[in-house]
Amino acid sequence: MIDVMTLTASPERSTTGPYAVEVVSAVKRFGDVTAVDGLSLSIRPGEVVALLGPNGAGKTSTVDMMLGLSRPDTGTVSVYGRRPRDAVELGLVSAVMQTGGLLKDYTVGETVRLTAALFGRGRGDVEKVIDRAGLGEVRGRLVGKCSGGQQQRLRFAMALLPDPELLILDEPTTGMDVGSRHAFWSAIRDDARAGRTVIFATHYLEEADAYADRVVFMRRGQVVADGTAAQVKALASGRTVRATLPGASREELAALPGADQVEVRGDTVLVQASDADAVARHLLTRTAAHDLEITSHNLEQAFLTLTSDDTGGDGTTTGDPR
Amino acid sequence: MSTTSTPATTGPAARTLPRLGGFTPAMIGLELRRMLRNRRTVVFTVVMPPVFFLIFGSGDDLRHQSAGGGNVAGYVLVSMAVYGAMLATTAGGAMVSIERAAGWSRQLRLTPLRPAAYIAIKIILAMIVGAVSVLATFAVGSVSGARLPTEAWIGCGLLAWLCALVFAAFGLFMGYLLPSENVMQILGPVLAVLSFAGGLFVPVDSLGHTFATIAQFTPVYGVGVIARYPLMHDGGLAVAVLNVLAWTALFAAGAVWRFRRDTARV
Repeated sequence: MIDVMTLTASPERSTTGPYAVEVVSAVKRFGDVTAVDGLSLSIRPGEVVALLGPNGAGKTSTVDMMLGLSRPDTGTVSVYGRRPRDAVELGLVSAVMQTGGLLKDYTVGETVRLTAALFGRGRGDVEKVIDRAGLGEVRGRLVGKCSGGQQQRLRFAMALLPDPELLILDEPTTGMDVGSRHAFWSAIRDDARAGRTVIFATHYLEEADAYADRVVFMRRGQVVADGTAAQVKALASGRTVRATLPGASREELAALPGADQVEVRGDTVLVQASDADAVARHLLTRTAAHDLEITSHNLEQAFLTLTSDDTGGDGTTTGDPR
Repeated sequence: MSTTSTPATTGPAARTLPRLGGFTPAMIGLELRRMLRNRRTVVFTVVMPPVFFLIFGSGDDLRHQSAGGGNVAGYVLVSMAVYGAMLATTAGGAMVSIERAAGWSRQLRLTPLRPAAYIAIKIILAMIVGAVSVLATFAVGSVSGARLPTEAWIGCGLLAWLCALVFAAFGLFMGYLLPSENVMQILGPVLAVLSFAGGLFVPVDSLGHTFATIAQFTPVYGVGVIARYPLMHDGGLAVAVLNVLAWTALFAAGAVWRFRRDTARV
């Protein structure tokens, strides 16, 4: 029911080497639920990309495919020109997952050493990542006795062990306090400066804004907007025109220049517009609309409107089943 | 987090795969340490079988009755060693259940560790703990009245241990089947019932002909007969071997089936 303007801010193409990630028309279904619906996305080495969207937008399903944890039903996903599983085995890509993935009865140090053993990395690398993740003080502690933030830093340390070209973070700061959150992102920024490609899934707009070069909006398993953080902000700074207009045609209104989303509720029309003046002018001069009002909304609201799932009436639902 | 500068990454071209699909002795060492950290596992596998022997097998009457080339206490000791090895290997295999519940299996899929290497490590771990269990039970038995000929100490011990492989497969199967954090709380009683049914705690002949016939088809029966053979030199060895092979094949097939589903789904 909603038309969404897609910003096509495709960064200029890299001419050397493969994409860090290339997703072509990927579809992933879980029973009746289509979690990823024809997604195409190319990410160049060195980019820091936020996958932004509400819960159930298909972020985790997309990340899973990039990591070889699941395969698309149709379409392809490649990482540095390889099958995702091959890229994982070579340590080209690693990830910090949202929750779980740790054993309570290992110590922090043992968990890192085990991961190092599996990647064929030595003692030196163990010390390096423990230091980088700030785990020195808790290395002898059982994982089950660690705080949420400490566990997340442990996942980060494990992800750094293979020294990956691409680091994927799925909702990485869930459950962290402000301080840990800041420290976590500083570490990631340092990493990115050294040339590592970073993709992170989040539903925090401010995280995407502050840390990503590029923001990919997802909704119902599709990319609905893709651009720089600045472009996304411009999109989000649109306003809503509300008017009473009996017998309004949604299609007609949606075709107006500057109109992003149109909603018709009985006699009331709601037009979310990047050019609210143009929409208002049209409504007042070319239609019988009256009681017109223009409201501006903040970033958070705009994001919610752009990505929300419960405004549609077409009966499809997307989920993020596990 | 420290803010030391990051060196450039290894580079996409310079990377190589670890050997043997990630199978490393370092992982076995760490896993063993973790398993022994779990008090419940230690009690179940290393403490309980010798204690059971002391309670049920070391009475004066049992020491003075002979059985095969040794005494009845020795006979009971072998049964307890089988029981301990069974518990140990089942617990070892069933570790996968806890690891799946914790999302650890998923985490491991973000490493070069191949599923086959993971299973191999789990089986080796199960067999190491099984060996410890048999050795502990025998050590306690040897100083508490159990008498066996030398060749039976060695033969019964080795066979009890080797045949417990069937329960490593059982543990793996159950570990993949039951997504529970405390799967051994279910499997412990199951193993106890199977042990009764298979004549490990009470000789099957003493329970009547019908029961003795049924017992031959239960999974503990074969292991018990084979493990006692170096001492008793009786019992249908062929039936027992067939029993162990059939159950091993069945449990292994079940484990492979669930494992395939598991890796396809996650």
